[in-house]
Amino acid sequence: MIRVTLPVLLTSVIGLLLVAAFFFRGMDRVNSDLSEYFNIIAAVAFILGGGNLVRMHLDKVQRRRPGWPYSIVTVVAFLFTLIAGLFKIGNAQGWTGPVEAQGSWFNFTYDAMFNPLQATMFSLLAFFVASASYRAFRARNVEATLLLGAALIILLGRTFVGGLLTSWLPERLAFLSIPNLSNWIMSTVNLAGARAIIIGIGLGVISTSLKIILGIERSYLGGRES
Amino acid sequence: MRHIWKNPRVLLALVAAIILLVFLPRVVAHFDTRHTNLFAVLLIVGGAILFYTFRAQQGVKYFVRKIPGIAAIEEAVGRATEMGRPVLYVAGTQDLDNVQTVAGITILSSVAKRVAEYDAHLEMPTSRSLVMTTARETAKESYLAAGRPDAYNEEHIYYVTDEQFGFVAYVNGYMVRQRPATCIYMGAFFAESLIFAETGHSIGAIQIAGTAQPQQLPFFVAACDYTLIGEELFATSAYLSQDPKLIGSLRGQDFGKAFVMLFILLGSILSTLALLFKSGALTVLAHWVQAFFTIKSS
Repeated sequence: MIRVTLPVLLTSVIGLLLVAAFFFRGMDRVNSDLSEYFNIIAAVAFILGGGNLVRMHLDKVQRRRPGWPYSIVTVVAFLFTLIAGLFKIGNAQGWTGPVEAQGSWFNFTYDAMFNPLQATMFSLLAFFVASASYRAFRARNVEATLLLGAALIILLGRTFVGGLLTSWLPERLAFLSIPNLSNWIMSTVNLAGARAIIIGIGLGVISTSLKIILGIERSYLGGRES
Repeated sequence: MRHIWKNPRVLLALVAAIILLVFLPRVVAHFDTRHTNLFAVLLIVGGAILFYTFRAQQGVKYFVRKIPGIAAIEEAVGRATEMGRPVLYVAGTQDLDNVQTVAGITILSSVAKRVAEYDAHLEMPTSRSLVMTTARETAKESYLAAGRPDAYNEEHIYYVTDEQFGFVAYVNGYMVRQRPATCIYMGAFFAESLIFAETGHSIGAIQIAGTAQPQQLPFFVAACDYTLIGEELFATSAYLSQDPKLIGSLRGQDFGKAFVMLFILLGSILSTLALLFKSGALTVLAHWVQAFFTIKSS
């Protein structure tokens, strides 16, 4: 019973406290303090996650599972970064300096390896946007054709080409210029749809939060009643 | 009637009412009047959710329209079982302080139950340690509820990294190497949404996504087979579990939506009439309607 009742009770008390902190004066610190407590718990939980990561990859290496050489890279990179950061190796200011000080091994790892790798992954997005757009904008039916038309106007409207193509329009028809049409689609049609979704999301968040705070939603506990 | 006092909820409500009465004057004195409007909204929407939850608990049946994305989860798990390939589940890239991650974990509960029933393989990399621990506990309970505690292997739910693109690199690598038959993405996603969805598409996986990040929805819609848009993500748990209490809360949510729609309509009509007739009274009314949903900063 305690395995279900205690988490539900704790969730309810903390949740209600945070709701009260918004509506009552003198409780301003509750929100920031609880966020800090969460960060502390998350930091401690990282030991669990990091430990699990090392254990899993060492096990993979030991059993020579497919792709085990990559696990060696993971474990070595993990330990190297951890040691370089914890002991502030190469840090000109020594132990008292910030972990990301210029010249430190940790900083070097971050700037010379981590950042370029991250940028590489991010740059994949450009190609994926192109392939996804190609599939989404094929004029198969009326809706897809409308989508294609709107996308084309916005795409052109956001570049100098849009203005150039419709620069011949007389002043009284300026509202039909591609940049203006693009702005209209974004600020009227798109915004109306987006707001409808955002309102639904807001209500969904309220509902889910209430269900969790009041213990109605217990699926995260495996759906056990008590 | 005498038994009512033996009900712990009634006793709890009674204690809460007494405490509230005793401290009411102090509570009122500390109330931040700038947020009175939002308190009223909370009472109305929250009250409706609780009311319909209670009604559903009493046995009143509510209709829930078919949501293809949720209905497809069962089919997707079945497909993975037939193909002998894993079901990949990603609960977003945020921590448990994000309600979307919590929603993702609640949906995992139902998905894990289906996976256990079908004897499929569930793989869940996480980008936060706390999500890993919670997901393990949730999945374990689901396997137990499905009568298959022996099939549960906690090593299939594991932590990868907190770093967004490090996590993306791992998940993409996993997809390309292991070729899961089903990919389910439920939670908060950012730039990684399209990278996941396009990689999943390239390996021919059936993909179901759900997020409340409006900017990421078009990417999921373009690249996934089914997408749960915004509030549908929060309704999934109710739909899958068919728990009357949770389904009742959906009705309350709909009431909230009707309430908001009414105010939008009223505000639009009042603003239009105020402009047409240049009426000061109508302008004041229109502003009042607008202010009802405005958060006043300190």
